[in-house]
Amino acid sequence: MDLNYSPAEQAFRAEVRQWLAAHVPAQPLPDFDSSREGFEAHRAWERTLNAGGWGMVTWPVDYGGRGLDLIRWLIFEEEYYRAGAPLRVNQNGIFLLGPTLIEYGTPEQKAHFLPAMAAGDEIWAQAWSEPGAGSDLAGVRATAVRDGDDYILSGHKIWSSRAVHADWAFGLFREPGSERHKGLSLILFPLDAAGVTVQPIKRLDGKPVFAELFLDDVRVPAANRLGEEGQGWAVCMSTAGFERGLMLRSPARFQVAAAKLVDLYRRRQGSVDPLAQAAVMQAWMDADAYALSIYATASRLMAGGAIGPETSTNKIFWSELDLDLHRTALSILGAEAELTGAAPDASADIQDWLDGYVFSLAGPIYAGANEIQRNIIAERMLGMPR
Amino acid sequence: MDFRLAEEQEMLAEMVGQMLADTCTGADLRRLHDSGEPRDAVRWDQIVAMGLPGTMAPERDGGSGLGQVEMALIAIACGHAALPEPLVEHAGIAVPMLAAAGADLGNALSGGTVAIGHSVNPFVADADAADALLLADGDAVHLVPRDAVTLVRQPSIDPFRRLFSVDWTPASATRIGGDALLDAALDRGALFAAAQLLGLAQRAVDLAVAYSKDRQQFGKPIGSFQAVKHHLATAQVKIEFARPVVLAAAAMPASPLARTRISHAKLAATAAAEAATHAAVQVHGAMGYSWEVDVHFLLKRSLALGQAWGTPAFHRARVADHIMSAPLGSDRTFDVASVGEAAREAA
Repeated sequence: MDLNYSPAEQAFRAEVRQWLAAHVPAQPLPDFDSSREGFEAHRAWERTLNAGGWGMVTWPVDYGGRGLDLIRWLIFEEEYYRAGAPLRVNQNGIFLLGPTLIEYGTPEQKAHFLPAMAAGDEIWAQAWSEPGAGSDLAGVRATAVRDGDDYILSGHKIWSSRAVHADWAFGLFREPGSERHKGLSLILFPLDAAGVTVQPIKRLDGKPVFAELFLDDVRVPAANRLGEEGQGWAVCMSTAGFERGLMLRSPARFQVAAAKLVDLYRRRQGSVDPLAQAAVMQAWMDADAYALSIYATASRLMAGGAIGPETSTNKIFWSELDLDLHRTALSILGAEAELTGAAPDASADIQDWLDGYVFSLAGPIYAGANEIQRNIIAERMLGMPR
Repeated sequence: MDFRLAEEQEMLAEMVGQMLADTCTGADLRRLHDSGEPRDAVRWDQIVAMGLPGTMAPERDGGSGLGQVEMALIAIACGHAALPEPLVEHAGIAVPMLAAAGADLGNALSGGTVAIGHSVNPFVADADAADALLLADGDAVHLVPRDAVTLVRQPSIDPFRRLFSVDWTPASATRIGGDALLDAALDRGALFAAAQLLGLAQRAVDLAVAYSKDRQQFGKPIGSFQAVKHHLATAQVKIEFARPVVLAAAAMPASPLARTRISHAKLAATAAAEAATHAAVQVHGAMGYSWEVDVHFLLKRSLALGQAWGTPAFHRARVADHIMSAPLGSDRTFDVASVGEAAREAA
């Protein structure tokens, strides 16, 4: 066990810090959900990142990455959030589909999709959930019918984050007549293909952050299938493992939020609920514990270990810590907390706390509801009966 | 950067865990309790024969010269077994204090124990069976023979915690050190209490899982019900996120951040042990409220250790001191010196 960064790791941090200091936009970008302009500003940032070689540092060099290990990924993320760099508009692609492509993709698929993903040329949405298949994902009904070298996709997908403006989606489709975990395939399709209708859905604050996708005889080449036909469940679970387990929510995000919360508390501590101090400390400690845990997981994976049920413990922990952290911030803001950033008398950071709070509300629901994660922990980690 | 246990560390944890699984079962605990003896002589002899009292003692003094990580792993195993004997306080706190003071370790490594009176704790644990006591008098530490003090038993709800108030008179001849020893003792006490809490939390979950598979209601094992699963999954999450804090706190060299992390470890492990023992009582139902099931040994140890070596309020205040004054952020998971000069210059 060695909890010191090597000189090479320190030099890497310095390099990242220097590059970000020179390139991170001085003004925050408009958010990527509210307007096409904001979305495209984030796409431009992805291009800048990629031009600097920072699109996805863990990917192989051949696909636009740097081939770096997970400790360096953590260092990169720590510097990225520390610098206040823009949120990753292509997170479904780079964090979820990307690692799955690297694991399951054909050489042609990797060569085609990964560089375009790293460059932000193709921004991805996820098309898993359906109106009748949320927590029970194996209940998906959308179909892929083989027709020569093509598939014909039909069905109704929902809760696709960023699909309003995204270019491509990856979805779970079943062979007609198949049931549950069998007969599923993971298929990639362009969102501007004939037969795809994208219907925005407003989040509870009115922003169109996700969409319903109606697929009406959408023809895509069979070469767009990722992994073997009928093996989609196993392929998706590998995506789900990365999503819950490691990449989607890097610890730095919460460490920076916790540091901001401490700062908010320091500025207002004379007038806040006495319970807030304990909650502020808990938020800081939880962010710290999450970081330490991910360092331990990263070290284990680098030594050849595989990701396991800690994907579920991680997901519960970060989603609950994020929610608690933002609820604490609102309690410190007190009566001001209900103001939006548009209020003339609102403090400068109020919209950020409000957005963070609204976002954190979704954490225990998406990427596998926390109730499902608790079932997984009980059954797969503790060995309790199904 | 490599946050993994070394193979030898894993082997040590496994070996101690196995020895305690063999010698410190629920039946062993009950037998000791009925005997009224302070410790199980056969088990203690085995612990001494394995060299565990000298875990942290320098090799030149006959010890193993191991560090806090190894001692924390041993403490996790002791917590898991609800070990009655004072191995953790003796090997993890008293022996390093004696070694730092240059005292002779011969007796302390060959079966004798030394109890510790620290101002953070109101009473001294296991004082009656100790050969000597390390006692604080203001900033001074004294090493006092057991027969030079008067002990009054203060019964604890934990049947294996033997607490005493100590009446003694400091003399210059018994003084062996000052407040540096006491500071180090407090940090080690809190760290290894956290490690024991972590071990006992896991044991509580394990007992409840086993019971939930066995106990049938409504025609099926109660462990198949989500309400039962979720109690234990919630406790397991707390354990999973206390463990790396305990291990990091043990592995870090002394620094203000390391001290904060020890307090964090104590708080996180206390919360995990509370959640796990309470969930275990609930999952066992009425049996969990009985003397017959072993869960109460863990519940009571959790109550005791959660308040020993600094109450939650004490450790929260130490965390508050750090976070309200030190720079915070995503590059501060480990000591800032390790982030490197180059990065700081680049900033």
